[in-house]
Amino acid sequence: MFGDYSLGDLGSIFVMQGFAGLILFSVYVLMALGLAIIFGQMGVINMAHGEFMILGAYVTWMTSNFFQSYLPSLFSGYFFLAMILAFVASGALGMLVEWVLIRHLYKRPLDTLLATWGLSLMLQQAYRSVFGAREVGVELPQWMLGSLHVTDSIEVPINGVFVMCLTVLITVGVAYVMYKSRWGRQVRAVVQNRIMAGAVGINTEKVDRYTFGLGCGIAGVAGSAFTMIGSTGPTSGQLYIVDTFLVVVFGGAASLLGTIASAFSISQTQSTLEFFLSGSMAKVLTLLAVVGILMLRPQGLFALKVRK
Amino acid sequence: MVINLRFFNRSELMGFIVLAAVLFVILPLSLDVFRLNLVAKYLTYAFVALGLVLCWGYGGILSLGQGVFFGLGGYCMAMFLKLEASSVENTKIQSTPGIPDFMDWNQITSLPLFWQPFHSLTFTILAIILVPGIFALIIGTAMFKRRVGGTYFAIITQAVAAILTILIVGQQGYTGGINGMTDLRTLKGWDIRPDHAKVILYFVEVVLLFACIGIAQFIRLTKLGRILVAMREQEDRVRFSGYSVANFKIFAFCMAAVFAAIGGAMFALNVGFMSPSFVGIVPSIEMVIYTAVGGRMSIFGAIWGAILVNFAKTSLSESFPQLWLFGLGALFIAVVLAFPNGLSGLWADYVQPRIDRLFTSRKSKSAWKDNSVADGAPAE
Repeated sequence: MFGDYSLGDLGSIFVMQGFAGLILFSVYVLMALGLAIIFGQMGVINMAHGEFMILGAYVTWMTSNFFQSYLPSLFSGYFFLAMILAFVASGALGMLVEWVLIRHLYKRPLDTLLATWGLSLMLQQAYRSVFGAREVGVELPQWMLGSLHVTDSIEVPINGVFVMCLTVLITVGVAYVMYKSRWGRQVRAVVQNRIMAGAVGINTEKVDRYTFGLGCGIAGVAGSAFTMIGSTGPTSGQLYIVDTFLVVVFGGAASLLGTIASAFSISQTQSTLEFFLSGSMAKVLTLLAVVGILMLRPQGLFALKVRK
Repeated sequence: MVINLRFFNRSELMGFIVLAAVLFVILPLSLDVFRLNLVAKYLTYAFVALGLVLCWGYGGILSLGQGVFFGLGGYCMAMFLKLEASSVENTKIQSTPGIPDFMDWNQITSLPLFWQPFHSLTFTILAIILVPGIFALIIGTAMFKRRVGGTYFAIITQAVAAILTILIVGQQGYTGGINGMTDLRTLKGWDIRPDHAKVILYFVEVVLLFACIGIAQFIRLTKLGRILVAMREQEDRVRFSGYSVANFKIFAFCMAAVFAAIGGAMFALNVGFMSPSFVGIVPSIEMVIYTAVGGRMSIFGAIWGAILVNFAKTSLSESFPQLWLFGLGALFIAVVLAFPNGLSGLWADYVQPRIDRLFTSRKSKSAWKDNSVADGAPAE
């Protein structure tokens, strides 16, 4: 399959595909960060995670429309406000869902899977009724269009660079919140030993609610970033949910570093293969490799060595 | 293994008789052929639900990849039927006569090697059982021997469902792609499309379903069923008692896979086509919900669940397509939150005691006491 290309071409192909892979990587990381908090830390299988992401995407779309019609002078900066709104909207919905649904199911992880799947069906239908079945795309501000010419054969789109910078910022932020802040310590305490955490005065119910809200909020930001590179439909979230779960499981559920490493390897493999094979075969091979490795090493790449 | 219990206790016997009466007598007499064929379609999911009762309800293994096995069984059957439908005289207009039409459209000029054995019906029937069985054996061995279970198993089976769907859709020339295998006509020269054939196929399917119920009930009553339940409740204790937990899990998973595959094969026969839309993640989860709604602990409950949810799906999506997804979503949530044992749990809690009272009111009070001691096994 490499035969028809010269060495220089191959280098460019790998760089370009590698860059396309980095954009996919950004979406995976943003989705998986929220899921790693919800699934890895709380043990809740949130099948509606994709729908929280799509909510963020729709919020971004609405904000961009609002700016376009009422504040065209500020349009170039709408994205930053949209991102905050997406975080708030998805996070608030997440906290509501935790209060109504999830808190009754902490002892039955498999049942959270079924219940949140039901939730995702309802949210999908809600999006379809409100926003219509057609996919919507946001209009990018002028400064995000175009691409940087690195060499003659290598070009990188600016919106991709922007999404990646955003991903790095958010990842650092989440890592700080989870590992350095007082609140993150409380979350980890509750996860390790709920009863003891309660006994030393942590309000475990409140911590649960805010943790779930944070995970969903990050999904909302992921959706916001997603609008930069693709269009949004009611079922777009479902396309990513299985991949995202695999990313989290592959990385070792409780490890943020593992999540990032696995998102990187999965997205790079997929986008490099995509150039040489058809898209579907690239996806099949990537998923097969992931499932195969998980069968050999079920604890994931970066699992803590703790006996059950 | 000694079975020191009767095959059915009284309430199960009643469930058996009611189901047999409805499926063998009432539905065929009261429905026209079109509706009966729809029921036959619903019943193919009952096979899957039955397998899930064994594997999920009793074994505690939630598989989100039952669509894979349903699809494998269905595709095996469909490949046989498709080959018979694409005989040389039927496909004269193609550039290569004698191969299925979708291959011709994709510029494939000879039958691929893995299609060749599906000329034989015996091979096909064996393949329907063995291909999914062996596939489940491989997945089960790889996962359960390494003590992967619970949520991880669910996610990995789901990924397998995703992989198979993408593969089928992607390899259009070999599998028919997104449209699947359509235009299936005859089984060994016997036309499966006219009304009388559909009625016969319905009865064949019901007989097969009852055979599977018998097998499931047998497994449930023997020591094997007890170990499955013990494993679900306290896996470590069973392991410490010297049982190989992994092997029992693999068995339950393979059993569920084979049941699902039989359902899939009957689907291809009854509905007359097979497509990847019955393989993927969404149908696989829907199959789990049929079982959950009917009652994951009850063989008859799961079958009723498959029939009723599908019936609701057909009638609701005919008249209110918008509402259907809301209804299905709400049903998922309601079943999980409020009635974890599904319809059969509701029946056992509210209806069964009244029926018992009705039956026992005529007997003397002492007989009633004896009865209640005998039947008084603690509820699940």
